[in-house]
Amino acid sequence: MIPFVGGDFFVNPGRLGIIEQVVAASAKKISIMDYTIKIGGEAGQGIQTIGDTLAKVFARSGYHVFSHQDYESRVRGGHNFYQIRFSEYPVMSSRSGVDILIALDKASIDLHRGQLNASGMIVYDSSSLKSKYEDAGFLEIPLAALAGQHGSPVMSNTAAIGGTLGMLGMQIGPLLDALEQNFRSKGADVVEKNQSVARAGYEYASINCPDCPFILAEPGKPLYLVRGEEAVGLGALAGGCRFYSAYPMTPSTGIMDYLAEKSKEYPVVVEQAEDEISAINMILGAAYAGVRSMTGTSGGGFSLMVEGLALAGMTETPAVICLGMRPGPATGFPTRTEQGELLFALFAGHGEFPRVVFAPGDPMQAIMLTARALDIANKYQIPAIILTDQHLMDSEWTFESMSLEGTHHTDYRLRGEELADVHDYRRYALTESGVSPFAVPGASENLVVEDSDEHDQDGHIVEDAETRNEMVRKRTIKKLQLIRNEIAPPLLYGSRDPNVILIGWGSTYGVIREVIDRLSPEENIAMMHFSQLSPFPDLEREGHLQLLNQAAIAICIENNATGQLAGLIRAETGFQLSARINKYDGRCFLLDDLLEEINDHLERLHGAGSRVVPGMR
Amino acid sequence: MTTLKDYMGQVPAWCPGCGNFAIRRAIGEALIELGLEPWQIIVVSGIGQAAKLPHYIKCNTFNGLHGRALPVATGIRIANNRIPVICETGDGDCYGEGGNHLMHAIRRNVNVNVFVHDNQIYGLTKGQASPTSMAGMVTKVQPNGVIAEMFNPIAMAIALDCSFVARSSCTDAEHLKSMFVHAINHPGFALVDILQPCITFNKLNTWQWYQERVYRIEEDYDPEDKVRAFERSLEWGERIPIGIIYGNKRPILEDTIPNIRQKPLIDQPFDRSRVEEFISEFL
Repeated sequence: MIPFVGGDFFVNPGRLGIIEQVVAASAKKISIMDYTIKIGGEAGQGIQTIGDTLAKVFARSGYHVFSHQDYESRVRGGHNFYQIRFSEYPVMSSRSGVDILIALDKASIDLHRGQLNASGMIVYDSSSLKSKYEDAGFLEIPLAALAGQHGSPVMSNTAAIGGTLGMLGMQIGPLLDALEQNFRSKGADVVEKNQSVARAGYEYASINCPDCPFILAEPGKPLYLVRGEEAVGLGALAGGCRFYSAYPMTPSTGIMDYLAEKSKEYPVVVEQAEDEISAINMILGAAYAGVRSMTGTSGGGFSLMVEGLALAGMTETPAVICLGMRPGPATGFPTRTEQGELLFALFAGHGEFPRVVFAPGDPMQAIMLTARALDIANKYQIPAIILTDQHLMDSEWTFESMSLEGTHHTDYRLRGEELADVHDYRRYALTESGVSPFAVPGASENLVVEDSDEHDQDGHIVEDAETRNEMVRKRTIKKLQLIRNEIAPPLLYGSRDPNVILIGWGSTYGVIREVIDRLSPEENIAMMHFSQLSPFPDLEREGHLQLLNQAAIAICIENNATGQLAGLIRAETGFQLSARINKYDGRCFLLDDLLEEINDHLERLHGAGSRVVPGMR
Repeated sequence: MTTLKDYMGQVPAWCPGCGNFAIRRAIGEALIELGLEPWQIIVVSGIGQAAKLPHYIKCNTFNGLHGRALPVATGIRIANNRIPVICETGDGDCYGEGGNHLMHAIRRNVNVNVFVHDNQIYGLTKGQASPTSMAGMVTKVQPNGVIAEMFNPIAMAIALDCSFVARSSCTDAEHLKSMFVHAINHPGFALVDILQPCITFNKLNTWQWYQERVYRIEEDYDPEDKVRAFERSLEWGERIPIGIIYGNKRPILEDTIPNIRQKPLIDQPFDRSRVEEFISEFL
């Protein structure tokens, strides 16, 4: 799918082929397979197991997948759901309509029944819901009974997965393989029982749902399935991270889980800190000692880290922080999504110091930008922030290929033989670039002194004005100049000469891109997506500002209430965006809803009756 | 041969007569006795008069934030478990602002040596009560006397099964040095609480006050007896024991991390091909 674009800012949709395929398909009136499965139930019922397995099976079967999760801050009870969309074309957002609703509780039916598409089906088991539904569109599968007969009563979710594949008429092979992999560690008996239960669910649905309307498109080759939190974890390793310290906090805990799992076979150390203050100070200690380090948290934890962020700035110690946003202020919605901390990430910390802030739009960008954050933080000895949110961290995407090509690793530290030759070392030596060689302490007779006070070139406390001026010039002014050159301008997608520009940052990348794909046949439209936000990219250098000035309408789409990027663009460039779409209910944008809102704007632009109808279904 | 002069750094900005001078000298002497040169150790500190010490001796230093020396020290030890790490801290820095980190560093048993310059008052901010100020002490901010019960670091550390707990006093220079040597030699978290007069602000716990009360603990005292140790930790007032109050041989954090058992993290170079192996897991 979309390659990481470092300095090359234009993504040619023709090269990607997605828009062309969609246009061609709609012209020929070929329906594009685009199904959504929603699994609803209480926390603890195994929604995630069903969702993860289905997503994996679809990806292995060669379909593109996008999934997102909606859950409450509780371990048992409440109402959660997991939504998976799959298609033969790349999908990167969730839709409002549902084709198969797997209802593990009654609330799922009450809450989501209205979202069912015209030919959608609801799967349930009356023995566990204690209700029977005779209406059309309901398929009862005796999940618990099938599980009991063919394996064990605890395997009813496996029956549901098998049943879903049976309804879709999909091959069962990839599911049997996935079950083998999932349960291998529990022994052959557990694997076999789960496989028989899956087959039983599959056959039951095949026989009892003759009206199941689903037609599958020809699958492609197996695809890589990546979740945002894993992508940040992998990117951390690719960037050379060897120490990760954090306090668990949704939605960043998954990074720690991923790295802890990897620590069993790879030399990375994960330490669960007593609080976020400790986490950031631990990574600064490890970084000072000579190891690339990182932490991750959410807004509340980041608030506690802010003093440490300034410490990284003052001591010129590299630090990478993944800030996974959720709706605030304070505890807010602990398990939901929001883009409310852009300005906080940009300006957090007392005093003035340079930083980079990256906001990846999809898991592939998360891998690249996390690795890049580690590289830049270590190259310039500054803090770097990966700004993401619950939506990206918990969502899964598929990719046709996956590699670490484009990540970069250079050891910038002064160590080994190079250090042995140095005899007049000064930690904060004034250099042309402002970046001082950073020796590893204890590796030579040179002393490495870092200080949170204003300090001289040796790192010792000073009070005089002249040294202060020298250090501010070195630490802040000179470095800022260099770091600016590292920042890529926003990514453009769609028309080269757009009349309508949709602007976004971070996790809205997928949904905005799909809106462009849908509207492109009729509308001269493009996306301008910001994933590198501090230092603010130069919008004049490659003509972005000119595009904005020429467009009839520029709409800034943000998962927040106040339009933080829109304000930032105005502050940095003086350009006032013509419209904003903001969503702050703690939920992600859905493709159909966003299309509606964009269409409202387009109608105002072109006049009544000009409404562009989305190409599909 | 390394001499005390080799350890002397900037001219201290402490008040003349401050107990910190005795501590600085004792640390230099202890390091010489241990055969450690300035570049072979890292001294971590936070904020306060004690935290300035690494600027006044020669060593590798990370002088960070108020109360946060211990997490920094923990990170250093995980990155490089070969280098001795000392935290120079005070009663406000370590027992007040950084109390949570102390509790958890003791639990982890990270091999860090914490030397607390405990003068029972805030010096840098000019004379407010500290966690170890004695109840009833009158200050500018506590005009009716300190109400909170005095914090007992020795008792708390023993309760948490801290692997090395000692108290010493600026009034006994020889003892101070020997406690530093024992602490650094001890594998595991070592807490040394150092009674120290603040000649400017603490008019209650003076040189004379400590001199009259402090005594070296008996030579046949067994620091591995936890219950007895706890009893001794409560001894305060007329007589105050100094020495190794408690010790044990718990495993240290660094030895429990498989990835650093053979080689410190800093000596394990990056190998991208090992990360690339993880990509196939996503297929």
